[in-house]
This record gives sequence, structure tokens and C-alpha cells, in this order.
Amino acid sequence: MLKIKLIAPLCFAVLFIIALSACSENGSTPGTNGALDTDAAEKVYVAPGEYDEFYSFMSGGFSGQVTVYGLPSGRLFKIIPVFSQYPENGYGYTPETRPMLQTSYGEIPWDDAHHPELSQTNGVPDGRWLFINGNNTPRVARIDLSTFETEEIIEIPNSAGNHGSPFITMNTEYVVASTRFSVPIPQKDVPISSYKENFKGTLSFINVEQETGHMNLAFQILVPGFNYDLAHAGKGPSHGWAFFTSYNSEEANTLLEINASQNDKDFIAAVNWKLAEEYVKQGKGKEYKSEYYNNRYNNESHTAVAEKKEKVLILDPKDCPGLIYYLPTPKSPHGVDVDPSGEYIVAGGKLATVIPVHSFSKMIKAIEDKDFITEIYGIPVLKYESVIAGEVENPGLGPLHTEFDGNGFAYTSAFISSEVVKWKIGTWEVVDRIPSYYSIGHLMIPGGDSQKPFGKYLVSLNKITKDRYLPTGPELCQSAQLIDISGDKMKLLLDFPTIGEPHYAQAIPADLLMDKQKKIFELENNKHEYGVKSEKDARVERKGNEVHIYMTTTRTHFKPDNIEGVNVGDKVYFHITNLEQDWDIPHGFAVKGMRTAELLIMPGQTRTAIWEPQREGVYPFYCTDFCSALHQEMQGYIRISPRNSSTKISFN
Amino acid sequence: MNLHEKLSTRNSLIFGIGLALLAASYFFPIWTIDLNAPQYPEGMGLRIWADEIKGASEHDLNNLNKLNHYIGMKEIDPDDIPELKIIPYIILFMLLLGAAVLLTKSKKLLLVWNIVLIIFLLIGLYDFYMWEYEYGHNLNPNAPIKVPGMAYQPPLIGSKQLLNINAVSLPGIGGILIFFSLAASFLPFVLEYIKSKREKK
Repeated sequence: MLKIKLIAPLCFAVLFIIALSACSENGSTPGTNGALDTDAAEKVYVAPGEYDEFYSFMSGGFSGQVTVYGLPSGRLFKIIPVFSQYPENGYGYTPETRPMLQTSYGEIPWDDAHHPELSQTNGVPDGRWLFINGNNTPRVARIDLSTFETEEIIEIPNSAGNHGSPFITMNTEYVVASTRFSVPIPQKDVPISSYKENFKGTLSFINVEQETGHMNLAFQILVPGFNYDLAHAGKGPSHGWAFFTSYNSEEANTLLEINASQNDKDFIAAVNWKLAEEYVKQGKGKEYKSEYYNNRYNNESHTAVAEKKEKVLILDPKDCPGLIYYLPTPKSPHGVDVDPSGEYIVAGGKLATVIPVHSFSKMIKAIEDKDFITEIYGIPVLKYESVIAGEVENPGLGPLHTEFDGNGFAYTSAFISSEVVKWKIGTWEVVDRIPSYYSIGHLMIPGGDSQKPFGKYLVSLNKITKDRYLPTGPELCQSAQLIDISGDKMKLLLDFPTIGEPHYAQAIPADLLMDKQKKIFELENNKHEYGVKSEKDARVERKGNEVHIYMTTTRTHFKPDNIEGVNVGDKVYFHITNLEQDWDIPHGFAVKGMRTAELLIMPGQTRTAIWEPQREGVYPFYCTDFCSALHQEMQGYIRISPRNSSTKISFN
Repeated sequence: MNLHEKLSTRNSLIFGIGLALLAASYFFPIWTIDLNAPQYPEGMGLRIWADEIKGASEHDLNNLNKLNHYIGMKEIDPDDIPELKIIPYIILFMLLLGAAVLLTKSKKLLLVWNIVLIIFLLIGLYDFYMWEYEYGHNLNPNAPIKVPGMAYQPPLIGSKQLLNINAVSLPGIGGILIFFSLAASFLPFVLEYIKSKREKK
């Protein structure tokens, strides 16, 4: 008995040691590889007062916003409101910003933001704009990177689930978008079971004006009713082409997890958009009646205008030979990523056992040789063996997305096995792998989808955190993990939580953005309809039951700050211009009982709060943003008289 | 030294260069005041030109006035300072007088030019000091921030801590040019003095 008693713990001890050593070899035990690395802390430490190397823009996921983090510190700098109302500064609540959220369905206070994409020149991020998609009600937004504010949102008609978006061409000629759900186009009342007969997809090409960044829906391409998932534009030799993954080539309309997983291969659609331009010029496009909105914000009027558009040009591949080819790709592919040289097109076949890598030059040859296995709805399907450059074996389970370091390596996220897999372009050999905690979706290397990746770091964008942070009830944070890719072996450096689910992210060296930051809005350029340029012009005007208060703020008072002659039943407009012309001196505004968000007004900007007083009395308003030593004195009163009283408007 | 002699060509040239420097001073700030405070790591400042007062960067004057209202300092408005309208004429006068010196090549007139410029400079510095005194002491009694015994006069030259603000006052490029102009107008006398000493030996 004694022997057994001794042997059992001994066995356990031996087993434990074996397990430990095994783990430290492949580095799969949380924290053993990287986090305990003695120099990890040093590598992410950005001393107080010093700057990060990179700005990183992360999708806010279901928050609908974009978040700005510093790398390598993982510090959050800003939440940029995009598709969701933001009571913190009044975005989506004020008459100036509400038009940004206008759609053909009316005003929508939310969306699901997935993929940030930096504008590029010559295939390299240039720091002009950031684009991001709204997934639920298909839209694409453009953020100006000198103000870090959303300047434009365009709705995409004939689309449902704007997931494969917004991926840009080398010189930001186009932002491309594909519809995740196929739907009847144009929409009509049909049985869902008539899917194969009635449902179609679209691939959209949004043109970007180079001076202004203004987006215009140039054309859409009508495609078979698959689910179009993700996209990337070609570059270098493949410039002029764009690649879109699709799944559900089975065209199932119910229980997709089974019914859309039957075909051995689905497709990457290779679209020759330069040819599409030719077809548009030749008048091959058909005008469809399609209602959608294009909303633009102006930095001088400080106001957005929502413009309704009525029609869109649609190309049908049937009338446009050579416009699209299908590359067979195993098995419900998700991401499609083009390597820095522009030659290799990497698919993340999320149910596949290998990562297929297509060759652009082989594709062109196969097209020339008419090496087609079949046609689907008039679209030639190329022979897999003729276009494939190689397959990465043993890439982990559930490969989704691939980014590149510019040194000949690719990094693929594997969702199911929860890891990042590093492999060599050309030999297709896996050379390293590192676990992520947990369930990585996208991954991001600064410039990692461009022609010249900046490299150095990789960010793993994770769906699940489980035990990684202090628990916060049933809802836990999502997270990002910073990995050092400067050496042969990847090293985990840092975990940091994110706002909402971080789908994709982009990063750009700090010095490309720092110097172009706008510090103030020039007051003399303020063209707001109700803006005023000096305290002398501050006033109150009545128009029927509307009371317009032309108010100014400056350290440390409102002008006017005593207002009388307003009645219950009036609609009060506080049009507030911040007269400050000094950096980092916003003022805020809120009045007691106001049933809307507060205002944050940047220097030189005008914002409006609308208040419908319900009860008589005297109501205070105050500055909500600590502005200066006498911030607490920055306040005022508005007197509300009973309905229809004859108290004269007065103010000082 | 014989004041009745004419200026030599070399000395005329030296003085001519001095005049050019004086003319050039119009195109640069004569004096600078730079302010640093914890909340202004990038600094802010005033640039005092012959005919105007500007911020070191575009909105500095405006922002400085905003800060100064807390201590009750009068708003600095270039339109309130008549000197800014007079100084360009003084420079013009000195240039014309200098032209007369060059035409007549009169050493006497050069000496007069020297003395007049020195008088103007002394008056200018005194006047500048008085404006600084005025802004620093003549404070609104209703100011939010009152520190007993505290005045906010920036230094004429050098640096001084004023509450949270460190003020540094120095001649600007224009001021330095005027100084060199004065030096250039003295140089003929110095050179001649040296020469006469050598001859005596």
C-alpha cells in the first residue's frame, strides 16, 4: 500500500514535469512564452510624456465606432463616433450631426462596424482618410485623419450585410464593397424558398475624389446569389483587379451551417475593374432605381447634409465578358488577402485543412488559355490546379485572415485552434506559431495589407477573453494582443481590452499623422448658419414659438448667460459657438431637463442643442468640459414663463 | 579726431551697411516676450514689431489676453498703442538723416545721427518699460485672481516667474539689427581713433 501511495504522487510529478516541458517547448501554456519574457515590459513601455510609434485604428464592432489606440502601449486615445449616436459629444443628436445617420430607412442610431481601411497612395497608407463599413444597414464611412472625425457616410443600395467592405485600390481610386447576404434585386415580395431564382448579390465600386475624399457610388456588378464575404484589391501587377470571397455557392436559404458547407470548393471572384470602367464608358451599365443616402459633413459650416440619391449603374457580367472569373477555393473561404508583391492571393478557407494560395500570373495565363472547368451563371470558373501557387499545410484550424510583414512571411489567424501561424511565401512552410487568448478573428500588422508593410508588430484581435482579465459579470471584454514579429520567433508582449468587438484594425506610423493634426477650427472660416464670431453678436431672437439663442463661449463664461422671455411650449435652440482659438480648449453645454445629449464644442465650432421646456421656472445651464480655473463659474440661467406669457425676450 | 574732415569711402560704406541694417529691422520683430507655463508646454509669446504686436503663433495674442483677464490685466490691443504708428516714421527719419550723412559725407552729421539714434533707443526702452509697467500694475480690481502684492510686469530683458508663467524678454532679430546698425555708425569713429593713436606713436 505504501508503495502505491508513493508511486501515485511520483507518477503525477513526472507527468506534470513532462507536461510542463512539453508546453514550454511549443509555448502553448498561457503566459509561459512571451508574457514572462523579461524584455516584454520594456518593449511596450512608453514613458510618461513620450509617444507611441503607431496610431492603430480598431473597429468598434457592435459599438458602431472606431477606436484609436497607440502601439506598442495599447493606450486608448479616442473613440471616433461613426455609425452610432454618441451622447458624450452630441454626435447623432445635434441638428449638425444627425444628417450623418440618415439612411433610406430613416435615421438609424447604430450600426455594426467591421473593417477600418486607410487610404493609400502607390499602395502605401498615406494618412489622408480612414474608411470603415457599416454592416447591418450597408454603409461606408470616411473619417478625416486631420480632425479624427467622420466626414462622410454613403449608403449602399442593393446590398444586405455590407461585410466585404471597405477595401481600397492602390491609389484609393475605389473603395469596394460586397453584399454578404444575397437578396432580391431590386427588392420584392417573393417566397424565401425561391432563393435560387430570385436572389442576387452585388459588388459595389465607390469612387473616391482625390482632393476632397468625397465618395460616389460609381457602379455595381450583379453577381450570383452567393454570400460575398470579404475582399481585397490587387496591387502592383494585379492592380486593376479586385478579389471577393464567396461562400454558400450551394445557394441555401436555411440552416446555412450545414447547407452552405456541402460544396468542396466555393469561389473567389476576381473582378477586372479597369475593364468594368471600359464597359461603363461603353454604356453597358443599366440604371436601376435605387434609393440611398450620401451624407457629408463640412468643417466650415460645421454641419452635415444628407443627400438622397435615386439611381445606380449596374453591370451584368452576362453583358460584360471577361469582367469576372471564379477561382475555386476550398471550403467556405472567409478572408482574401493579396501579398505585398501583388502576385499571391491568399484565401482563408475557414473549414479547409490547407491555406490555398492562388497565383495572379497563373490566373492571367489560365484566362488566356481559357482553362475553364465550367461556367456558373455565365461566369467562367478557372481550373483550381491551373491557378494555385501552393497550399500551406497544417495551418491550424479555421484559418481566417492573412497579413504580411514585407520580409517574405505571411501570418494567418486560425480561429478554431486559436493561434497565429507564420509561414513563408514561396515555400508555403509553416515556420512558427503562437497561441492567442482566445479565438482570434482578424490580425493586423501595421501596413500589413499594403505594398510596403511597416512590420515590427502584429495585433491579434480576439473574440473571447474568458480568464484573461478580472471578470466583470456575464459580459466580458474583447481584446487585442500585441505580438513582436521583429525576430524569427513571435513573442507575445501585451494584452489590452478593446471597445466593442475588434474585427479588423489598421495602423500607421505616428509621424505620418502627428504633424497634420488640426488644433482648432478657424473662427473666421466658420460658416455655420447660426454661428457668431464675437460676443457682440451674441443675441436671442424669437420666431413664432422658436427661440434661437446665438450664444458664445469663452473662458470662462457664456454670452448671454441670463435669458428671459421664453415660455413653456417654445422650442429653444441653443446655437453655441466656441470662440476659443486655443488647442485643447473645448467647452461643453447642458441645460437641466434637456432631453438630448450634451454638446462638446471644439474651438471655432458651432453646435446646437434643442430644448423644449416643459415646466415654468428658472433653469441652470453650465459648461460640462473642465475648461479652466473658473470652469465651475461657467454657468447661466434661463427663465421659463408659463405658456403664452408676454414676458419680453431679454438677455445679457 | 577732426570732425571737419569728410567721411572716407570705407567709412561711408560701413555706415551705409549700418543704414541697410536699420532698414531691415522693420521687417523683423524688435523685441520678443516668450511665456511658458505647465499648460502651455509648446509655449506662447508676443512679437513686438516696429508697427505691430503679434503672437508668436497665429492666435497667441488672443489667447494671452484670455489668460490675462483672470488677473485683470488690460487687454493688449495694438490699436491702443500709438507708438506703433510713430516708430516706422522714426525709422524713416533716421534713414533720411542717414542718407544726408552719406550725401554730405559729414562726420558732424554722422555724430548727430549717432546721438539722435541713441536718444530714440533710450526713449524707446523707457517707453517699453513703462508699457510693461502699465500692463503689469494697472489691474482691474474686480479680477477673479488677486494675489496681494503681486504685479505682472514682464522683465525688460531676461526672465521672470509670474505665478505659473515664466516670462522671457529678449531683443528680437529687428532689435539686434538696430544694435548692429548703431555699432556700424560708431565704427568710423573707432577706426579713426585707433588710426590717430597709431600715428601719434
